[in-house]
Amino acid sequence: MSDNVGSIVGINGNLITVRFDKPVTQGEVGYARVGDVTLKSEVIRIRGANAELQVFEDTTGLKIGDPVDFTGNLLTVELGPGLLAQVYDGLQNPLRELAEQCGFFLQRGTYLKALDRTKKWDYTPKARPGDEVEAGDTLGTVPEGIFEHRVMVPFALTGKHAVVEVAASGSYTVDHVVAKLRNAQGDVIEVSMVQPWPVKVPIQAYAERLRPVDPLVTKVRIVDTFFPVARGGVYCIPGPFGAGKTVLQQVTSRHADVDIVVIAACGERAGEVVETLREFPELIDPRTGKSLMERTLIICNTSSMPVAAREASVYTAVTICEYYRQMGLNVLLLADSTSRWAQALREMSGRLEEIPGEEAFPAYLESVIAAFYERGGLVRLRDGSEGSVTIGGTVSPAGGNFDEPVTQATLKVVGAFHGLNRERSDARRYPAIHPLDSWSKYPGVVDGAQVAEAREILRRGNEVDQMMKVVGEEGTSIEDFVLYLKSEFLDAAYLQQNSFHDVDAASSAERQHYVFAKIQKILTHRMFFPDKDTARRWFLQLTSVTKDWNLVEMESDEFKQLEERIFSLLAEVSEHA
Amino acid sequence: MHKVYHRIEQIAGNVITVHAEGVMNGELAQVVGTLGVSLAQVIRLEDNKVFLQVFAGSRGIATDGQVRFLGRTMDVPFTDALLGRVFNGSGQPRDNGPELEGNRIPIGGPSVNPAKRIIPRKMVRTGIPMIDVFNSLVESQKLPIFAAAGEPYNELLARIALQAEVDVIILGGMGLKHDDYLQFRDTLEEHGALSRSILFIHTAADPTVECQMVPDISLAVAEQFALQNKRVLVLLTDMTSFSDALKEIAITMEQIPSNRGYPGDLYSQLASRYEKAVDFEGAGSITILAVTTMPGDDVTHPVPDNTGYITEGQFYLRNGRIEPFGSLSRLKQQVNARTREDHRTVMTTMIQLYASYKETLEKQSMGFRMSAWDNKLLKYGERFEKEMMDLSVNIPLEEALDLGWQIMADCFEPEETGIPSKLIDTFWAKKPAVAPETGETAG
Repeated sequence: MSDNVGSIVGINGNLITVRFDKPVTQGEVGYARVGDVTLKSEVIRIRGANAELQVFEDTTGLKIGDPVDFTGNLLTVELGPGLLAQVYDGLQNPLRELAEQCGFFLQRGTYLKALDRTKKWDYTPKARPGDEVEAGDTLGTVPEGIFEHRVMVPFALTGKHAVVEVAASGSYTVDHVVAKLRNAQGDVIEVSMVQPWPVKVPIQAYAERLRPVDPLVTKVRIVDTFFPVARGGVYCIPGPFGAGKTVLQQVTSRHADVDIVVIAACGERAGEVVETLREFPELIDPRTGKSLMERTLIICNTSSMPVAAREASVYTAVTICEYYRQMGLNVLLLADSTSRWAQALREMSGRLEEIPGEEAFPAYLESVIAAFYERGGLVRLRDGSEGSVTIGGTVSPAGGNFDEPVTQATLKVVGAFHGLNRERSDARRYPAIHPLDSWSKYPGVVDGAQVAEAREILRRGNEVDQMMKVVGEEGTSIEDFVLYLKSEFLDAAYLQQNSFHDVDAASSAERQHYVFAKIQKILTHRMFFPDKDTARRWFLQLTSVTKDWNLVEMESDEFKQLEERIFSLLAEVSEHA
Repeated sequence: MHKVYHRIEQIAGNVITVHAEGVMNGELAQVVGTLGVSLAQVIRLEDNKVFLQVFAGSRGIATDGQVRFLGRTMDVPFTDALLGRVFNGSGQPRDNGPELEGNRIPIGGPSVNPAKRIIPRKMVRTGIPMIDVFNSLVESQKLPIFAAAGEPYNELLARIALQAEVDVIILGGMGLKHDDYLQFRDTLEEHGALSRSILFIHTAADPTVECQMVPDISLAVAEQFALQNKRVLVLLTDMTSFSDALKEIAITMEQIPSNRGYPGDLYSQLASRYEKAVDFEGAGSITILAVTTMPGDDVTHPVPDNTGYITEGQFYLRNGRIEPFGSLSRLKQQVNARTREDHRTVMTTMIQLYASYKETLEKQSMGFRMSAWDNKLLKYGERFEKEMMDLSVNIPLEEALDLGWQIMADCFEPEETGIPSKLIDTFWAKKPAVAPETGETAG
């Protein structure tokens, strides 16, 4: 394979120690040979004449003295047309093709090309001979599903290049040379539609990074109105098991107002990926009228797949996101769960016998997490268009306790925090995002002052609720009691949302804007009740009508009728009624 | 013939070290000690230093003991003759039956390609209303029972196994009391289910290393049956013992512990076992029902905590009953829409009412005045606990749903339940309330 061959001198789980003679690079890929299969691995530490490599596969059967071929290349992914709608493992092996070749199981040592080598793409050149280009500039385009996929000057090229030759319009495979460039030294470089890129290095072939300000509409009311996410922003969703992280991610992947969604199923249940895998091709994206799968890409390294590949999987995912951002597209990366990725770091750190930090996580945990989230962002490309990568990562804290290293390290670097809460999920108040603990630094779809007012009602309602637990309803004033009922109404009729209902699952920005204004009107309305029982009954009625309101299409007559009904109810309790 | 080594350099815990060459990672060896011959497995290699974990434990192994490498990794014979038999954690018969010959299959094999999985759609009927009605068990689900020590979890497991319609039952017992093992065996035998069962048993008195092998060996066999289009139910009890065995080896190997002494890879270790639960596209399925005892009844203990993140829900067993709160079957939505039209409504309504009952109980205990509504709830709650939650109740799903309607009709007016009127018309009227003590009639 290569002329740089080392030999194994130690095996500890998925960590192998390899003695080498020729130079070895930190982070380079090596292949350990066992029988007739080769196992992909990555250099993670070098000490003297020994390199330590994490193996992306099961190491059973390896022997002391077995050869390891060093490739000299960092761990890379292939970038080019045909990535969308694919299902890859953490190392970008296409899982569907793998299933065709190997059957039910993921046989170790089988590596396939990420992109289809036989498929032909309709290429249209954009650059002309004589043009001066640099890394990231568009040479031509091919249609990929609903997008115009830009074939760009490889990101690895530095400095100005002159276009020497371009291929004519036509139908080519990805390996076809579509342009020849000449660099300052006079070397001619052939460019095809596919380029490799090292996953742990951010792609930075853009003009500048911008501050994310536009809201990314997820169509989840509590998110968009109360704890918004910005296009190009980063946010996290920590929560104990069973609090609905995954359902929230799935709903977001369906409805989020972005061009492309990349799902990184990192160390979680395979069953959940299967649902996406099997259902998305059937679902129609209302924005495009095409199957949802056409805008989706899944990187799937579930919990039983090798742990080192899990560590790589989030980088594979974010690199692909950055690639599409270079085409002026808005990309959303949903990583579920970043804790599993952090645990993969911890396992490796343990094998390397590094001095552990808190809960045995490595000392560099924080900087690694920060560097990962920093790869999100809104950028202005050199052609003036904008592209973004938004990252939403779930965190699975041990015991549901947010005071643990991964949650804390993540909170420091994100712009929004959607804290899922066990009490809310036990009470079936979904999405179980805690309305008092969560926060966001991004602007939302409705006016910030109104939201602050609504949050204040929630906060004071919660105080009354706490107090009532001690003094009982009898000891609470009617004003306080109504305040409590208002906060419960806001919770039930606006914050809670049925993810499994066709209409309620996705609430558009306009609808949120409209409905929230009405809710706000109700909340600030002065109401008069003779006693608490009447108040409770009235609010129950109001809540039930408002919930029905959430379930009908905004354009329908029923929507107007229910709205009228809500306000006729409100008139009943007004002063001059 | 394989070379025999005579010099053991180090013996610590159940791990021995020898100098040897040409040894594979994961290779098996035979170790002869004064107490007999045991299998051992290579767990680490450093130059020519080989670390082996000895299945039968290191007691009785001398520094000049014999170590013979076998040139193969851990495997188990797979034949239909496994059915009805009992083995230990290293696959040796413990029922005085003959050793099995057959196609040897490796254990701890690669994971299933997610692209070959299908969305599970078949319900496993258990006859237990708290499962069938409220948290349906689904074929290919992985579900643990969280319980404190002393709860009747093994009885529950045995009952589900007997009533579930599956082709093969595989029991993986870890750290079982010998009595519990015998009870399992006798129960299966009494109900004529032993002939479709295979038992891999590690009792508390057996060597720890064997405990660690039980899930792998059970699941490797299960996988083969599933590939032959069989529906397999794997029972694993108790996964906390398994985790403790992992902890023991990790500490012996001087690994840095992460949380309460457990190794940092506990999540991955548990996941690689649980994730064997699968519904194959075009073949059979594996359903895993496990027991996780919670030390100190603490769900944030590392074992139940990590398990909860891996499995598709959990059953809480408390005071001999499956708790409706906290218990969750993540897959129930896949099946309960197609059982009977009232299933989901009965499920949510009864739980909401039961939650209100719990609140009323709290109010009652604090001495607040009980309203007429509170009294209705109290009546309802008692009946719900007695007729639905009690584990001795054994009725099919449809009967359980009818019973649910009956209990609600006996306690409430239809509109008090918040059930859509369409369902009320169909189901409430069908079972008119019999409530002689109040004289009410509903409908």
